[in-house]
Amino acid sequence: MGCYQENNREYGKKGGDIMRSLDREDIENLAVGATILGTGGGGDPYLGKLTAIQALEEGYEINIVDVKEVPNDAFIVPSAGMGTPTVIVEKIPRGTEVINAFETLSEYLGRDVYATMPIEAGGLNSTFPLAVGAKRGIPIVDADGMGRAFPELQMTTFHVNGVPVTPMALADERDNTVLLKTCNNYWAEWIARDITVRFGGTAWITLYSMSGKELKKAAIPGTLGVAEKLGATIREAKENRESPIEVLLEITKGKGLFKGKIIDVERRTTGGFARGKANIEGIGEHKGQTLNVQFQNENLVAIKNNKVIASVPDLITLLDLETATPITTESIKYGQRCFVIGIPCSKKWRTKSALEVVGPKYFGYDIDYKPIEGVMEEIG
Amino acid sequence: MIYRLGIDVGGTNTDAVILDNKNNPIAKIKVPTTKDVSTGILRALDEVLKGASVNPEEIKYAMLGTTHCTNAIVERKNLAKVGIIRAGKPATLSIKPLISWPNDLIKEIGGYTHIVKGGHEYDGRELSPLDEEEIRRAVEDLKKKRVESIAISSVFSPVNNGHEVRISEIVNEIMGEKTPVSLSHEIGSISLLERENAAVLNAAIINVADTAVNSFENALKERGIHASLYITQNDGTLMSAEYALKYPVLTIASGPANSLRGGTFLSGLKDAIVVDVGGTTTDIGILLNGFPRESAVAVEIGGVRTNFRMPDLISIGLGGGSLVKKEDGDIRVGPQSVGYKLEKEALVFGGNKLTATDIAVFLNKVKLGDPSIVKLDRTFAEKVNEKIKTMAEDAIDKMKTSPEPVPVILVGGGSILLPDKLKSASKVIKPSHFEVANAIGAAIAQVSGQIDKVFSLEKRGRDEVLKEAKETAIKEAIKAGADPKTIEIVDVDEIPLAYLPGNAIRIRVKAAGYLKI
Repeated sequence: MGCYQENNREYGKKGGDIMRSLDREDIENLAVGATILGTGGGGDPYLGKLTAIQALEEGYEINIVDVKEVPNDAFIVPSAGMGTPTVIVEKIPRGTEVINAFETLSEYLGRDVYATMPIEAGGLNSTFPLAVGAKRGIPIVDADGMGRAFPELQMTTFHVNGVPVTPMALADERDNTVLLKTCNNYWAEWIARDITVRFGGTAWITLYSMSGKELKKAAIPGTLGVAEKLGATIREAKENRESPIEVLLEITKGKGLFKGKIIDVERRTTGGFARGKANIEGIGEHKGQTLNVQFQNENLVAIKNNKVIASVPDLITLLDLETATPITTESIKYGQRCFVIGIPCSKKWRTKSALEVVGPKYFGYDIDYKPIEGVMEEIG
Repeated sequence: MIYRLGIDVGGTNTDAVILDNKNNPIAKIKVPTTKDVSTGILRALDEVLKGASVNPEEIKYAMLGTTHCTNAIVERKNLAKVGIIRAGKPATLSIKPLISWPNDLIKEIGGYTHIVKGGHEYDGRELSPLDEEEIRRAVEDLKKKRVESIAISSVFSPVNNGHEVRISEIVNEIMGEKTPVSLSHEIGSISLLERENAAVLNAAIINVADTAVNSFENALKERGIHASLYITQNDGTLMSAEYALKYPVLTIASGPANSLRGGTFLSGLKDAIVVDVGGTTTDIGILLNGFPRESAVAVEIGGVRTNFRMPDLISIGLGGGSLVKKEDGDIRVGPQSVGYKLEKEALVFGGNKLTATDIAVFLNKVKLGDPSIVKLDRTFAEKVNEKIKTMAEDAIDKMKTSPEPVPVILVGGGSILLPDKLKSASKVIKPSHFEVANAIGAAIAQVSGQIDKVFSLEKRGRDEVLKEAKETAIKEAIKAGADPKTIEIVDVDEIPLAYLPGNAIRIRVKAAGYLKI
């Protein structure tokens, strides 16, 4: 794990921050952990990991700062990639796109950026901000706006807490930059999606700019640290040939939901989303029972014996029974043995207004969200 | 009479067969695989010729499936110094070539890289035009660094290969026609880094392939065999020796593909699961329409992530030489194995190690060695037997795509370990010549052509682009030596691109046919 150290950068001195710098192993761990928080979707954190490793090799430092250390008047700008993963894996970023997007926003708002951060802790977008912060010489806040992965720009605790997506800057590798200001966050998602097409399928974006004070209210703190710990646990367990599942549950305060074998997968692609469901036949202590998991890019609900035992925004993740490697919804197939775990989402997702944005009803399920801890207690 | 020779190198044994013009095996042999691979191949060649009593001049075709290239990468031996040119600037600079490679491998190949302007968008537009002066400077630099082999990649080259081809022309102009050039679009599919990695690995093993193919060709000539030489590749089809010299990386994992093709040929089934039990491991693969199902995930070779087609396999540590142990009341079979030393170390051959083969002999499943010297507790032996069966059944179940029972074909020398009935198998087939199915698979292999490309549907209909894709695949197959009359489309895969308005689709088509004789 990265060691805590005094940061000697200017902003560090000003804020009196305690920052933590990441080494190559920390980054590897973070990328593995981010696949668990991806809850079956979100894309592969692999590419973002490599941009971070290259930044380290070029002599840049990746510094992480805790939410509570960020001054209230500091200006925070999250960064992300947007578009289809098929294009991102081919047209790898130049590295300056997000920097340009920063400049554009910074210029427009007339403020210097104190730190960046991911908007999601799971999947592809969890690791890209590391290299961005390193190259810009700013720290990355140990926090995000989802605590997991979600498919749309407005599905963040920032949105729920009144932080607007725009002004938002989108940039490509040719130095094209677009500054976007919309009447609400849904319009931002809609227009930005079209700009990505003109850019050639991907855009690199800065959005949800906010003050340190807003950050403390709107962000989910500590999620990068959690991802790192999860990754380290899985890697260590693999080396010792042990099952990391118990420790994973301890770190995430998660619940083991079901142990079984996938006996049926059904998929259909509609409107750019991979929807579907998987039936899992119980083994061991769950012999004779069936769990049904439904997904739309990410896992959404888990139903056991006609009872919903977990649903969004709580995290539902399928782990390979032998290796504890997370199974993505794209790769679920007949015959896989898996352990299904449920992880409580951030409290920030459990308000009435938040559930309107990411609750089961938004995804088309006529069910009321019940926190996973409560359900587990109920059914013992 | 025209004969075919098939040789396939496995982890434990090297197998050889000679087929007559009706594809009947008239001679077959197994010899231990040697560390240098070539010695084992030559021994197999000599032994099978001894057994066949054919006029060597009548052997007109020779097919070789070898592990030379895999071993060179894994052992980091005899690798060429590689220069890498990637066209993608201004994009792609945030992840340079080789970033994720193991250091010891980078050291072996040198790994001098240049990223130059170029590449395309997913819809075929130019990302940026090539700057020929910049490319010339890069090539001159690589020439000065005395690289032996060049790998070229370009953004979205599976959609438009123009930039890779132009750069290769400049390389040959400056460094000479003989400088080997590996183009990424000829090897891998969408996903720049993995495709580029495959091209670099290919460039690194170019000399290894050269030595392996030439020494085999010479060995054939020395024995009076003047045959057309083909090398098997990992989709279960053949490439000419000439093509294999350019794209040796495609030989990696050709062994399991040969077993699968041998399984389909010997059983006559086109859709089935093939279980190949060797001396140390069991490989389980799926036949779809007579060809190996391809793996959908990135495959690591020697610590390098690549994305070129590979058979989708599950490999478990179970084979004829697997050691049988009792641990805390539990029975363990494998993954340790006596391997090719079976005939020295197994109990039944007078050795002192209890192997899976001893159990099979003791239970009268097969006659080998001297059964009278194997003294075991019958209940224990039966428990081990049950364990072996369950190991295979669990792995078979993981490969299946649905709960419906499917036919299972057992091949490989170690398949004597497995029974005639397996859970979740509609039937279990042990074809004749099962023990050399891989060499037979090599000998009867077809040639193929493939395309994997993103098409825009904005101006053209789906039917039209699909037709174009199929025609391209057929053309590729003819180029590879297939008889146009026998070519069939064996695989079509369409994937709409997610999160992208404007209708783009990725299409993969494969066509295959018999060699034009």
